Amino acid sequence: MIRLSNVSKTYGSGPSAVSALKNVDLHVPHGSIHGVIGLSGAGKSTLIRCVNMLERPSAGRVEVDGQDLTALPNDRLNQARHRIGMIFQHFNLLASRTVYRNVALPLELMHMKSAAIRERVEPLLELVGLTDKADQYPAQLSGGQKQRVAIARALASRPKVLLCDEATSALDPQTTRSILELLQDINRKLGLTILLITHEMEVVKSICHRVGLISDGELVEEADVGDFFTAPATRLGREFLNAFLQLEPPKGLIDRLEETPGPRTHPVVRLAFRGDAVSTPLISRLARESGVDVSILQAKVESIQDRTLGLMIAELIGTADKTDEALAYLERHDLHVEVLGHVQRDA
Amino acid sequence: MSSAMLNLIIKATLDTLYMVGVSGLIAALLGVPLGVLLYVTRPGQVLAQPVVSRILGIVTNIGRSVPFIILMVAIIPFTRMIAGTSIGINAAVVPLTIAAIPFVARLVEGALNEVPPGLVEAAQSMGATPYQIIIKVLLPEARGGIITGLTITVVTLVSYSAMAGAVGGGGLGDLGIRYGYNRFDPMIMLITVAILVVMVQGFQTLGDHLVRKADHK
Repeated sequence: MIRLSNVSKTYGSGPSAVSALKNVDLHVPHGSIHGVIGLSGAGKSTLIRCVNMLERPSAGRVEVDGQDLTALPNDRLNQARHRIGMIFQHFNLLASRTVYRNVALPLELMHMKSAAIRERVEPLLELVGLTDKADQYPAQLSGGQKQRVAIARALASRPKVLLCDEATSALDPQTTRSILELLQDINRKLGLTILLITHEMEVVKSICHRVGLISDGELVEEADVGDFFTAPATRLGREFLNAFLQLEPPKGLIDRLEETPGPRTHPVVRLAFRGDAVSTPLISRLARESGVDVSILQAKVESIQDRTLGLMIAELIGTADKTDEALAYLERHDLHVEVLGHVQRDA
Repeated sequence: MSSAMLNLIIKATLDTLYMVGVSGLIAALLGVPLGVLLYVTRPGQVLAQPVVSRILGIVTNIGRSVPFIILMVAIIPFTRMIAGTSIGINAAVVPLTIAAIPFVARLVEGALNEVPPGLVEAAQSMGATPYQIIIKVLLPEARGGIITGLTITVVTLVSYSAMAGAVGGGGLGDLGIRYGYNRFDPMIMLITVAILVVMVQGFQTLGDHLVRKADHK
């Protein structure tokens, strides 16, 4: 539904040129929710704004619904934009228009008659739960309500794609949740393809099917959300995940971690359990069968949409042979095992 | 006070209102579009035209840099061409309008500049043309600011019109100079000033009221 091929964006020219996107390839299939996560300044905003040509890429192709937008003249581009809805961090509602007339705006732009506009706007207000606010002005609404209006407005032209530019970043956690639920609902009910950018892992965790990680203008990692939360492929991915899960070995232990095993060291491992492994008492079996002691330093269970993910940081205490055997045992049972380092045995 | 004097005062007041009203109206009709052009042709705006923007900017600045009293006498030939005469209230309307157009344009440009750029972007994302952005987004969103600008213009025109009166333009300025100053009638001077004060207060109150109605912020 959305396909970016080798998209680059450079601001300025010569030695002062800044490269905001570098050879980005991205494919968002029909009906999926795709998240792009990254730190501020990584190029997220540029990326999403290239999809509807708010920013023209310096190179590459942008296809939405099979149409190459980079090649379109302005009038055809405006037609194409009717099929791409967009919502923003700061809502961007017109203060001079009521809720109803904000939602009607894209339809007015398409020269629709007011009776036809009414037929479209009323069900949309119902969908976002703001029928009773139709005649109020944005200034009278809360942040969450404003974003609901913006969503209704973005859906008015019956787009096939919805772009969400940090749509929940200005909202409190509770409101964020309700907006995300609404987006998920729309995705399911209307089969709308959603591309969202965010710096919040919570957003990715709650609704995305796939996630891309952007750093310094490059898409460095792409994975299914379940895989990403189990085992990110890149260091940045791990940093995001650890910061989100707050799953780090205790401070005192980090300082003592050594990269290579010595004669008298124990491995410290990060374990990720998925699927059946979550509900199997693997750790106690491990202790019994391999004869190593397991000291659990941190553990938590996360729900990633309809899946459960167990995460643990543990020290495996035993002789080198035994701990190697234990690691092999864990891998055999389909756990994701990462050795974080080794600590000296206590004297 | 004699009824002749009263008639004089009433006529002068109506003349001032006429000069301010006509020049204000024409200046709004021409100045608002000029202000829109000044804004939308800026680099990065919806109809970015750097050369046009520069030229319009320079012309507008020239219009604004000439002191009104100089402008008034400098364009007398032009005033004669338009109004057929260079004295009287109809003649005064010409320089008043010429002075007010760039004034309005700059204030409108400033008001448009206050519209959050995100709104223009949102409209673009909906496939709005530049014309639609101006009509449906920029002007309605800047309505309060534009009315504020027009109020300032009208108030300025009241004082300019008094200046026009000093060189034979009629109105309250003329009355104040001829009767209040030349004939040294402090009563007339006082009444003239009082009427001007009330007039300015009235315009300002009306403007504020309209801004409040226009703004939903």
